[in-house]
Amino acid sequence: MRKLLLAGVAAAALSASPAFAQDIKQGGSMTVTYKDDVSTLDPAIGYDWQNWSMIKSLFDGLMDYVPGTTELRPEIAESYEISDDGTLFTFKLRDGVKFHNGRDLTADDVKYSIERTVNPKTQSPGAGFFGSIKGFEEASAGNADGLSGISVVDDHTIKFELSRPDATFLHVLALNFAHVVPKEEVEKHGADFGKHPVGSGAFKLAEWTLGQRLVFERFEDYWNKGVPKLDQIVFEVGQEPVVALLRLQNGEVDVPGDGIPPAKFIEVKNDPKFKDVIIQGGQLHTGYVTMNVKMAPFDKVEVRKAVNMAINKDRILRIINGRAVAANQPLPPSMPGYAKDYQGYAYDPEAAKALLAEAGLGDGFETELYVMNTDPQPRIAQAIQQDLKAIGINAAIKSLAQANVIAAGGEEDQAPMIWSGGMAWIADFPDPSNFYGPILGCDGAVTGGWNWAWYCNEDLDAMATQADSMVDPAKAGEREAKWRDIYLKVMEDAPWAPIFNEERFTIRSERIGGDDKLFVDPVHIPVHYDEVYAKDVQ
Amino acid sequence: MLAYVARRLIQTALILLGISFVTFILLYLVPADPARQIAGRSATAATVANIREQLGLNLPFYEQYLRYLGGLLNGDLGRSYLQKTEVSTLIASRLPASLLLMAGAIFCELVLGLTMGVVAALKRGSRTDDTLMIASFVGVSAPQFVIGILLLYVFAVKLGWFPIGGYGTFAHLILPSITLGFLGAGWYSRMMRSSLVEVLRQDYIRTARATGTSRARVLFGHALPNAILPIIAMIGIDIGLFMSGIVVVESVFGWPGIGQLAWQAIQRVDIPIIMGVTLVSACAIVLGNLVADLITPLIDPRIKLR
Repeated sequence: MRKLLLAGVAAAALSASPAFAQDIKQGGSMTVTYKDDVSTLDPAIGYDWQNWSMIKSLFDGLMDYVPGTTELRPEIAESYEISDDGTLFTFKLRDGVKFHNGRDLTADDVKYSIERTVNPKTQSPGAGFFGSIKGFEEASAGNADGLSGISVVDDHTIKFELSRPDATFLHVLALNFAHVVPKEEVEKHGADFGKHPVGSGAFKLAEWTLGQRLVFERFEDYWNKGVPKLDQIVFEVGQEPVVALLRLQNGEVDVPGDGIPPAKFIEVKNDPKFKDVIIQGGQLHTGYVTMNVKMAPFDKVEVRKAVNMAINKDRILRIINGRAVAANQPLPPSMPGYAKDYQGYAYDPEAAKALLAEAGLGDGFETELYVMNTDPQPRIAQAIQQDLKAIGINAAIKSLAQANVIAAGGEEDQAPMIWSGGMAWIADFPDPSNFYGPILGCDGAVTGGWNWAWYCNEDLDAMATQADSMVDPAKAGEREAKWRDIYLKVMEDAPWAPIFNEERFTIRSERIGGDDKLFVDPVHIPVHYDEVYAKDVQ
Repeated sequence: MLAYVARRLIQTALILLGISFVTFILLYLVPADPARQIAGRSATAATVANIREQLGLNLPFYEQYLRYLGGLLNGDLGRSYLQKTEVSTLIASRLPASLLLMAGAIFCELVLGLTMGVVAALKRGSRTDDTLMIASFVGVSAPQFVIGILLLYVFAVKLGWFPIGGYGTFAHLILPSITLGFLGAGWYSRMMRSSLVEVLRQDYIRTARATGTSRARVLFGHALPNAILPIIAMIGIDIGLFMSGIVVVESVFGWPGIGQLAWQAIQRVDIPIIMGVTLVSACAIVLGNLVADLITPLIDPRIKLR
């Protein structure tokens, strides 16, 4: 039996939601500012939070998310089928999808684009995501021209053959790295394609004055009529966040892309003027302290649990002005699979001391806490240091440049503890598996890896593989439960002390409208450019 | 004269070579692996190694440096790791804005500095003199980002006379020029004051006054042309000060020049851009000094080039 999912289902869900009502008029303009230049708008290359959502507006892929949510839906695909064993994905493309240069988008373009990302000459940071497609090893080593697992059936049908069942594959196809580019434009501009992006997205690039501004204009022939809501978005770069905030108050800026500057946060947050224009939302982020399970005394689970109980997270939240919520597990609350009812290790220094005594370390011990050297990270580390001191652990703070901390974490015997602030994991896509492999799985516990706790639990790895082979969408709930289980089991071994999940605070001008969810979209940062609208043209 | 220029040009080339070498070493030692940075956190070791090879980062230091020098001779400053564009394109697109800002700053520092200096010298010992010298002291010592944000807040946000940062019109140019020129104005007013005080004590000034020439004529016809000489030589040296100043001022005002480019590149460890901007600024500083040295004998016959 083959399962068929029609785009109609998602479309119905979409129009049923009042937030995205169809009666919003298109038109108007929005001004967004950024401090840094936009680096590149090439979907195979761009991998920072600033260009991520800009690229999403210029390019489309087979899959996407329902705006404001983490729910998958087909984008330029009309429908897809997944074989029972979860290794064969077949997509039917929509009719009438056009590139900005006027050409029709076909299945060949989809194949070309993914093969381009995997090709080592492209130097894409996203190549590794396509590891489950057959032929990946050869292609990524540069020994094959393309991926043998991708075949074009006809202009509107494309088939992916995987070397293993992969429940995250639809998420992978929603990544920018799988967005579709027209071959002729890529060849025309060569290495400068990222400065002359041509896609099939809701907006097209109309102007790019290096170091000054970019203008996105509505793509008239976009397949999804009614999207985007705005006629134009102007991105002004090189603007300090403090200056952007002043200009927002002056009505010159609609969305300061870098958010509220930390120094101004309390002032702005408590200002009644801004009450209705600040939107708060979760991020797919967790900040944590890793404890290297290969270094004594952190090889003892009691010691790791004691550290979990010793840290006063509320005080740390005050240090960062409440821009986060306390965490008790690896997954952030906005991630599917988060265990809502889990209590975690409560703050209890007495119980922590008792645990240390149980481990034969009643007199405490000396250790080191690595931290990145930019504010507020050292201050957070000091708070942790004081908390540990209270139960007898003397942790010396090693405050280093980001690259050095990452390098130390990637060595088996160097960093006993690391506070992850400033380097913490932010998910690439909203799926629980994305928080496991590189940072908690055995694959990441290698030299130069990101599993700084060097935690490797074969049983959990096996469970993770099982969970990720549950491709059937009907079993999504079961899969989520399995992942929840995995993370709770991780917490029993306590290789991390989860500290907090950062929150996002987006500030916008009065004249830009849209459901609050669009301003804290989990995938589009700072706002969902295609969906927000101008109130002055309504 | 020609021999002098030739000798100076050779020296300049050697200085630039030295700067390129030192900068290259310093950036080579930065503990950030560009290949890892490009590859991203989900990359395998093989991907990182592949990128390292494509960029030539696996080569020994001297070979990397020679490659870079070879590129330089062809006018190739390399490609930015993060912006994925030719560094020369990035610098060329931003250089006009920086030059405009420097011209504005030179104008501001001369007008402000010379006026303050002349008034202070003429009113020597008075309360006006004290006030002006305190102001110049503030100009010399206050950090530019403080002055910039202050001016921005008062004249752009509160009074609304100027745009709040940005680039494009004449109005955009005024506040950043004043901010950047304020430091120089402080120095110039002090130099102008002491130089003019010195000149006004000279015999020929007294003689001129004794012949019945008007005060204004003595000041503008005799005293100022002599007092201003040491200052002209300073303008060339100023270019060095500006090169460090624009990093701050351009960032505060959102001015799209090479200072801002450098600041962003430093924060993101985009080594080819840092290299490129450093070399371009070094060129500007060295050439500025050369021009200043060449101009001085033209306006002051007492100085000879050897």
